[in-house]
Amino acid sequence: MEFARHVAIILRKDLRSELRSKEAINASLSFALVILLLFNFAFDPSADETREMTGGLLWIVFAFAGTLILNRSFVRELPNDCLDGLIAAPISSAALFLGKAGANFVLVMAVELISLPIFGIFYNVRWAQQAWSLLLVLALTTWGLTVIGTIFSALTVNLRIRELMLPILVYPIMIPALLGAMEVTGPLIAGKALDGDLLTWVRLLVAFDIIFTALSVSLIDTVLVG
Amino acid sequence: MPAAVECAGVWKFYGDFPALRDISFEVPEGRCLALIGRNGAGKTTLLRILGGFSRPGRGEARILGSSPRETQARRRIGYLGHGISIYDELSALENLRLFAEMYGLRDANAAATGWLERTGLSHVKDGLVREFSRGMRQRLAVARAFLHGPTVLLLDEPFTALDDRAIALLQSLLADALREGSTIVMSTHQLREALELATDVALIQRGSVAHRGPRTAEMLADPGWLYRQYAEG
Amino acid sequence: MREKIIYIIAALAAVLLVRNLYVIFLSLPDEAQQGPIYRILFIHLPSAITCFAGFLVAGISSAIYLGTKNLRYDAIAVSATEVGLAFATVVLVTGSIWARIIWGIWWTWDARLTSMLVCWLIYASYLMLRGAIGEPTQRARFSAVLSIFAFTDVIIVWKSIEWWRTQHPGPVLSIRTGGGRIDPAMESAIYWNVLALMLFAIVLVMTRIRQEEARREIHGMRQAAHAL
Repeated sequence: MEFARHVAIILRKDLRSELRSKEAINASLSFALVILLLFNFAFDPSADETREMTGGLLWIVFAFAGTLILNRSFVRELPNDCLDGLIAAPISSAALFLGKAGANFVLVMAVELISLPIFGIFYNVRWAQQAWSLLLVLALTTWGLTVIGTIFSALTVNLRIRELMLPILVYPIMIPALLGAMEVTGPLIAGKALDGDLLTWVRLLVAFDIIFTALSVSLIDTVLVG
Repeated sequence: MPAAVECAGVWKFYGDFPALRDISFEVPEGRCLALIGRNGAGKTTLLRILGGFSRPGRGEARILGSSPRETQARRRIGYLGHGISIYDELSALENLRLFAEMYGLRDANAAATGWLERTGLSHVKDGLVREFSRGMRQRLAVARAFLHGPTVLLLDEPFTALDDRAIALLQSLLADALREGSTIVMSTHQLREALELATDVALIQRGSVAHRGPRTAEMLADPGWLYRQYAEG
Repeated sequence: MREKIIYIIAALAAVLLVRNLYVIFLSLPDEAQQGPIYRILFIHLPSAITCFAGFLVAGISSAIYLGTKNLRYDAIAVSATEVGLAFATVVLVTGSIWARIIWGIWWTWDARLTSMLVCWLIYASYLMLRGAIGEPTQRARFSAVLSIFAFTDVIIVWKSIEWWRTQHPGPVLSIRTGGGRIDPAMESAIYWNVLALMLFAIVLVMTRIRQEEARREIHGMRQAAHAL
């Protein structure tokens, strides 16, 4: 299908560009590590306290580190007016958006999956007891973060203060999804299975993803073409 | 048969300010229109609407009968703007292959290598664009614009900041394109190079078309003539 | 003509507010458990309703702007958002005062107060985005997109934070509880104040719209002058 092919072209291009320089992913990983470290100094948590904080801590790390990657998304198209080249090409804005969102998703997931074992080591936490459920929650929340971050990256790309504006726009809107993720991640890492109350939060994440993916795909053309 | 490039009552607003006012004209297939005008007259704004980068506030622009935003129109449009739209972190070959794939060319690699040869860049095909000289980047930009065999070419001040090798290349490509029946709309300050190729001219002033007609011998002999005849102040 | 309408609505709002204040402070008795401070509810709850009305109008107006590209709708959107944000501030401040008196703490992370704070942040970011874009048409387009995202999120924020916590007094209005939880006289006072505050909000929005359109006109004239 033509659409899928276009999404793949853009996804590959963004990944290739990023993996060649590794600027964003290095910055993001370093940032994640630093926050993990700082939290330990700030709270010096006992084993029980760590268990309480896990969900919150991890998602603060992922959200902040992820934004560094999301910001690059459209900023990488600024030099040489490359964004014009993409808009002029016979690919739909939706395909362009999903390709970029897809590439961002891969990169942010990579940062998260690298940070998890490091978190486990630093805080002496066994995190893989509900590995598949944890992966599901990670993926769902990261997709929500990616979608919002990618379209807002398009909104802020031409602003002087874009590095500041992107977090200010993204985090408040992400609060429901981050809240849900935090509420589920803690118990999952503690070994609790995904059921009952926790499933309600997962349903929230799914709804969040569907609603905002649909909204972004419909509005991206308005954002890109005046 | 619809004109290749058409504007019907196009207005463009920035806030309340009309950057383009009621622009209407047609460019039949196979003609080359030179858009002449001072800085700030609206040439770039108009070209960007024709190229599908922005939408008119009122009125319609049509390329080959359809909106420039439609994919079938975009496949036929080649745009060369102020920016080169080439990725610094990719190689020359990778850049052209990317655009070939986006434009749906059957053999992206062959098309890319072919154009690298035509623009004299084969010897640096694997070099990163970041390391290229200015002239090389301009030639690569030209390759990108022509790569997919566009039949409508939109160029925004293409001869500005081109070195002589790139100018010669572009002129020969444009002449070939015209011979093959393509349509060109080109905005320009370098009146001489543009007027040599142009079959028609339009003078844009403060967002409106002040004059639209064929390129005459007087214009070619004395490029400033157009301004003196039709421009105010 | 529009000025006259603004004055009439302002006069109506003023009369209504005075009448309501009289009712609130003088004719209603103290509430059984809370004492006099409960009267702040008559500002707090109507302000919340007015605030959401503002955000809803902003969201709808933004969508209409994207459809019609008529900058009048952008003016409505920003005006409604600003007024909505002002009323949101009132909600947060009155809620905080009430909490201090009843529970002894200035802030509590209960569901409704937290949700209102999140909404406040979302719409404050809308105003920040507008501040960062100079060109009016692009500003209108981008903030319209953000406004649609914002309002969609508002609903999700409220639902999700409600699941997360409940410490706030439950719903009191009959339309939500089916009657019986609040004295009818008090409930009617709330609705009267909703009307008063809405009228006041309309006056503010209309005034702001005029200011926004004047600003746009000046900007356009400045552009035209530069182009000469």
